[in-house]
Amino acid sequence: MSVAVENISSKFEVLDQALESQMTLSMGPQHPSTHGVLRLELQLDGEMVIKTVPDIGYLHTGMEKLFEYKKYQQGIVITDRMDYLNPLGNNLAYVMAAEKLLDLEIPERAQIIRVLMCELQRIASHMVWLGTHALDIGAMSPFFYCFRQREKILNLIEAASGGRMTPSYFRIGGLMMDLPAGFERRVRQFLEDFPAALDQLDTLVTSNTIWQSRTKGIGVITAEEAIDWGLTGPCLRGSGVDLDLRRDNPYSGYETYDFEIPVESDGDVWARFKVRMRELSESYKIVRQALDRLKPGPTKADAPKIVLPDRDDMRKHMDSLIHHFLIVAEGFNVPEGEVYHAIEASKGELGVYMKSNGGPKPDRVHFRGPSFVNLSALPVMSEGEMVADVVAIIGSLDIVLGEIDR
Amino acid sequence: MADTKVLHEFVERLKAKNADWVTDFKDTRGEVTLIVPRTSIVDVCWFLKAECDFNMLADLCGADRGPEEDPRFEVNYHLFSTKHFNRLRLKVLLSDDEPNVPTVVGVWKTANWHERETYDLFGVIFDDHPDLRRILLPSDFDGHALRKDYPLRGYEPYSLT
Repeated sequence: MSVAVENISSKFEVLDQALESQMTLSMGPQHPSTHGVLRLELQLDGEMVIKTVPDIGYLHTGMEKLFEYKKYQQGIVITDRMDYLNPLGNNLAYVMAAEKLLDLEIPERAQIIRVLMCELQRIASHMVWLGTHALDIGAMSPFFYCFRQREKILNLIEAASGGRMTPSYFRIGGLMMDLPAGFERRVRQFLEDFPAALDQLDTLVTSNTIWQSRTKGIGVITAEEAIDWGLTGPCLRGSGVDLDLRRDNPYSGYETYDFEIPVESDGDVWARFKVRMRELSESYKIVRQALDRLKPGPTKADAPKIVLPDRDDMRKHMDSLIHHFLIVAEGFNVPEGEVYHAIEASKGELGVYMKSNGGPKPDRVHFRGPSFVNLSALPVMSEGEMVADVVAIIGSLDIVLGEIDR
Repeated sequence: MADTKVLHEFVERLKAKNADWVTDFKDTRGEVTLIVPRTSIVDVCWFLKAECDFNMLADLCGADRGPEEDPRFEVNYHLFSTKHFNRLRLKVLLSDDEPNVPTVVGVWKTANWHERETYDLFGVIFDDHPDLRRILLPSDFDGHALRKDYPLRGYEPYSLT
């Protein structure tokens, strides 16, 4: 796509004289700092970015179409593959939308485990963000420290669900199964080491002067602009807007936990970085509280026509066997209607619009991915910056292309 | 279930301002949906943004009811307020013959990519959109993939060359 010169906004007027030096740079789709297959068309004057045009869709796999051909419980598997760094968050948004349509009551233990797992996943997701963000800017070693912590969380998720990256642990009406024996002890073990690891990362990255000079004052977006562009999550809180759906539209019992919402007012890469760093210790606090609350109890809703029965029951009760067969073979009907359910995923507001026409398959499922919306604001943040800073800004947006392209 | 009393107030104010702006009104599962005629969607959005603090467009998505239905397409606007944290859904119904709706990019800039996605996947045309191009699918793609009459596997294997 060629860029007409008259489209350049007035703030670059001074650059108009040196038009011969302008060039178009196609960054990506295989550029390592684009976190997947994102292509940017950059119009450059020297090293300054005049215009940014993101080009997405390289990873489009038609997931929203696929949902319409799968039963409700089969759709959970697809959600794992959207934001693959935060699959449990995707599971949660999807199953909660379906539960809203079905009007299901979820047992307390299941809700606490959901919160526990989601916050662990948030830490894992932020660890990937920090590692790759630092790698983009040129710091190699934080990556290894981050992935060491993430590995521990992935092992925990694997212990609970059997999958590391694609857990599908939350099911409509509860959980796939209860936590395995010894899980709490393993989480506590992780929590014991985590504050020290966080301190280590702080010394490695936060107090690093090169890091600070690469991030301060870069990619600024004001609060009004951020809201106008629909930014959510740490990107919005980095611009000074105090908004977190865990507190403001609480779900799954988040209103009963004691945690703070970190907010920074500068709106630059450094502010977004600080918000995420502080969020890590808030997630740590929530995990601790959730662990202390865990009491034995059911992990599945009392809805035999929707929730798969225990294997043990199937061997003893005829009706459990019949229910199991019907759920697997025919699915369950969901009352007609439409819902929009939003949760605070690690990257921002993850919303699911689900429409049912009364059958066992949804009529329409739409995912409002936070990465999709946050990326759309990239031109605002990057125009007028240097090429090398675009890399820092993309890192601070924490995008996952699987969710953008769906 | 969320309390929707505040939202009812907003709807009353909207109706008091102009009774033609709301053709239907639903309150189910704690979510309020307004059916808005397509000609007045921009006015309604401006009013809700300016007077009722719905300063964020959380989501915009299309839906296809099926080729034999009339109106066939829905465009859903999910409004959100960062001040009172309420959500409101606006719905515009469009027929197959004229799937045109005015753009709301002027109200919220975030609508830009959402509308491009809806255009790409449903073929809904957003009038006066500054940059209405396909966003997820290639520019030479034939058809609109999320329409109900588009087969899951497409018409023929798509080739990138």
